[in-house]
Amino acid sequence: MLTTVQDLGRQGLQHLGVPAGGPMDWWSHEAANRLVGNAPEAALLEVTLIGPELELLRNATAAVTGANFELSVSGRPVPMNQTFAVEAGDRLSFGRRVTGARGYVAFDGGIDVPAVMGSRATHLKAALGGHQGRALRRHDTLPLGAGGRTSAGASSPVADPPHIPLPSPTALRVIAGPEMPDAAIWQTVYTVSPQSDRMGYRLDGGAVQASGDHVSSAVAMGTVQVTPSGTCVLLMADRATSGGYARAATVITADLPRAGQLAPGDALRFVPVSFDEARAALQQMRARLPGSAA
Amino acid sequence: MPGPTIQALGDAAIVVTFGAEMSEAVNDRVMALAASLAAAPLSPHVRDIVPAIASLVVHVDPRHARVEELMAKLRERTKFYPVDFPRLTEPGKINRVEFREVRVHDIPVRYGGEFGPDLADVAAFAGIDAAEVVRRHIAAAYRVYMLGFLPGFAYLGKVEPSIAAPRRSTPRQQVPAGSIGIAGPQTGIYPQESPGGWQLIGRTACRMFDASSGRSLLQPGDGVRFVLESSL
Repeated sequence: MLTTVQDLGRQGLQHLGVPAGGPMDWWSHEAANRLVGNAPEAALLEVTLIGPELELLRNATAAVTGANFELSVSGRPVPMNQTFAVEAGDRLSFGRRVTGARGYVAFDGGIDVPAVMGSRATHLKAALGGHQGRALRRHDTLPLGAGGRTSAGASSPVADPPHIPLPSPTALRVIAGPEMPDAAIWQTVYTVSPQSDRMGYRLDGGAVQASGDHVSSAVAMGTVQVTPSGTCVLLMADRATSGGYARAATVITADLPRAGQLAPGDALRFVPVSFDEARAALQQMRARLPGSAA
Repeated sequence: MPGPTIQALGDAAIVVTFGAEMSEAVNDRVMALAASLAAAPLSPHVRDIVPAIASLVVHVDPRHARVEELMAKLRERTKFYPVDFPRLTEPGKINRVEFREVRVHDIPVRYGGEFGPDLADVAAFAGIDAAEVVRRHIAAAYRVYMLGFLPGFAYLGKVEPSIAAPRRSTPRQQVPAGSIGIAGPQTGIYPQESPGGWQLIGRTACRMFDASSGRSLLQPGDGVRFVLESSL
């Protein structure tokens, strides 16, 4: 079980080596906040593969997006992707996970842990932010921000995730380069290795030719690094700010939520696209956020 | 020196590459561009500017910024770049990232023993004794070529070639905070406990990074001198 507090991450400090962090799936993060009426930068919980049981200490409007879990509140089933009311003393439980890897749990008012360098996001390796810089454990208590509405009702919006469930293999669209990739990278179906976490996914499925050593340069979320042995590593939310491996491609912003929903064992492939396609895809993704309908 | 190469790093970042190696001449250009972009922003949608050893990445908001347009603007901005910039690590010169005077930091170090478990290996690599490794490490003046890996982790260069030992073949699971390591031409200080593969030769008690304020002792372009506190 890995549950962490996440918000949009730390911006403007990467030149000091401070990793950006933030949600693995920005779409589900933003959708959950929108459903409960929070600002986009509000902090919530990111749940990985197995969910926790959460006891509410105040009334709240809640929503869970992202990976599809069987959810219940004090024994009553509640739906994914729409708001529901919880009262003080209620228990929100995560049952079986049907599809996807990461769920996002928002409460109105947000998780009100102290901001560190402008963000409440937990960065596990740097032991920064969130709840004491670490993943949640049994019996931790988290403060919620001002709120306490239980206004969820039939009229509340529904978030219809455009990226879940994921097909197998999942196609991740990329901008190729800057270090010119071996064309084998486009033909290969990769599998997310068990040695994968919020920093990045090691990809099994065949080596590609690496272009030798590079002096350290900055990287982005979604950058596909090729190690000297030819293994591809897909850098994710908690990546370091820089790296010394060849950068074969970077996943477009619109497809980062898909990447964030991959679990160890899931299959993926990379598809190079143009800037225009990347922009159109991002607009389509954002148009599917709850409350975005024209 | 030719102008930089300007390429996309996905749909939300651009990388400007000035060279392929760790050199002051190349890093001067990186720092100068970082300063220029801080003084005259490329676009209101820039989120982060990350200078590195020989390149610089501009992270942008993909909802509003058009990467190919910003690449064209950067090409225009860097067209007249084959010029020489003054050395940045001299005291009194201006740090071009944040427009302040360059600071030169004296870092006191306890070398060897439990503080520098790889000092003997570096000495063996160099074919000299441990005291001579320490002398050569202290003798050089270093520049902060970039920060990365961890908050406040500075990549300093360049190490005297004779003691520029490569990374350990097996990284350590836990390197204590303040450890000073060598990895080829680079030397650096671990700001916090973390896994790491550099050859550890000493340790400092200096606090490198304060997470509560986001303040880093070392900034890109700063100068560093190591000062012998003790040697075992």
